[in-house]
Amino acid sequence: MDTRPHDHIVRSYDEERERLAGEILRMGAMAASQLEAALGAVDLRDGHAAARIAANDDAIDDLEREVSHNVMQLAMRGPLARDLREILAALRIASDIERVGDYAANVARRAATLAGSPPLPHTRTLNALGQLALSQFRAVLHAYQATDAEAAQRIRTRDADLDALYTGLFRELLTYMMEDARAITPCTHLLFMAKNLERIGDHATNIAENVWFLVHGEDSLPPREKRDGTSGPGGAPAPP
Amino acid sequence: MTGLPPGSPMNDSIALTMQHAPAATRRRNLAGEMPGKIVVDGLDFHYGGFHALKGIRLAIPERRVTALIGPSGCGKSTLLRVFNRIYALYPGLKARGRVLLDGEDILSPRYPINRLRSKVGMVFQKPVPFPMSVYENVAYAIRHHEKLPRSRLDERVEQALRQAALWDEVKDKLRHSALGLSGGQQQRLCIARAVALRPDVLLLDEPTSALDPVSTSRIEQLIDELRNQYTIVIVTHNMQQAARVSDYTAFMYLGELVEHGPTSVIFSKPSRRQTEDYITGRFG
Repeated sequence: MDTRPHDHIVRSYDEERERLAGEILRMGAMAASQLEAALGAVDLRDGHAAARIAANDDAIDDLEREVSHNVMQLAMRGPLARDLREILAALRIASDIERVGDYAANVARRAATLAGSPPLPHTRTLNALGQLALSQFRAVLHAYQATDAEAAQRIRTRDADLDALYTGLFRELLTYMMEDARAITPCTHLLFMAKNLERIGDHATNIAENVWFLVHGEDSLPPREKRDGTSGPGGAPAPP
Repeated sequence: MTGLPPGSPMNDSIALTMQHAPAATRRRNLAGEMPGKIVVDGLDFHYGGFHALKGIRLAIPERRVTALIGPSGCGKSTLLRVFNRIYALYPGLKARGRVLLDGEDILSPRYPINRLRSKVGMVFQKPVPFPMSVYENVAYAIRHHEKLPRSRLDERVEQALRQAALWDEVKDKLRHSALGLSGGQQQRLCIARAVALRPDVLLLDEPTSALDPVSTSRIEQLIDELRNQYTIVIVTHNMQQAARVSDYTAFMYLGELVEHGPTSVIFSKPSRRQTEDYITGRFG
């Protein structure tokens, strides 16, 4: 069944709706590029790229303010039902995308610092974690564009894989630090970067939940499996 | 009072409404009596040859506000007017089916019209105070139905005007002509006139369409104050008003009841595409 809304009687309403959706997607594309570039900077140990990426974050913040302004304009028209859900979802999703941009910039900054230390084998795992987070983020933006709640639900479920990869890397890094004190500084940076990527995954699931909300209202999703075991009793490996 | 016959298609819509009905109504249902203050059971209405209401089945919960919404010509005002049989004033208008008020069929010729009019009060879109004093506007209907000594009548008039949030504005001009009041005041006077008889049900037909925004807000505040004492049915063209003031909403189209349920659900996630199109301004 086609759930896309019919045309509004007042044409400018639909124009503003489309502008809002366009801004969200542009924001998302920028944040995804930032993340991709940050992962590239880690891989290539490129300190200059890292500085450029961090500077680009302002553009994402500017777009979030635009989105906020447009939501306010639409709210003044007294939207109801799906129209109301759309603007609420847009506001929340813009906030999630802005955080993804921040985390990408953080990863880039630490990549710049890491470029000054000897290379670590764990950056490969970090890259894999980053690629998974990036793919989740891109997939959920696509689900938003298509208002595909089922795709959003699948993305949300897959976050468990990202959490598991993060938990594994966390343990690896702790073990490495315990074996060699010289590795503590670079591994700590990697830990923070890994955490940033894991949080990007969480924001992707927030966006997925908002896509679900946009389509289905407050009908609840089943509870999500979380496999981030770093804060549990089995999170840290035993000391040697 | 007997309940509906077993297997009645009414049961599903009642079940939906009953999930959210106040406790008193649910208890009456468990006792096998009629759920809802007003129960419309298979109502058809004709204006001469025109079939204006088609098989309407709807339960109006007691002491809640129910909004009837829909595009022009959908039958919402017709349905409202069935609830106090005002159509009986005009020839060629026919209602078939049952409309139960406290379990009794008010469409039956055996149901006394005077009793109905004292249990069901109505306020129209255009304020229509009588060309009399403020006091007389309220007292007139009371005198028609009850024999009261002057002091008791004075009390009842004051009570009604207080209930309509108008007393403070008119207490020093009770003998002045009602036609000298502002539009918003006149409408509140009409509400006072309606509540003076202590009805069970208040029917409001677009009560604020002719009023400015401040008067509109005052009437909405009044509806808020009255909702726990009266069963209120309001017809409105203003979606946001329906979302603001009502507990339940029924959407009608071309004489049919398309969807009804809690306002919070109808206005956030209606189940019918037609409902969503109408309330979001995509047709009408």
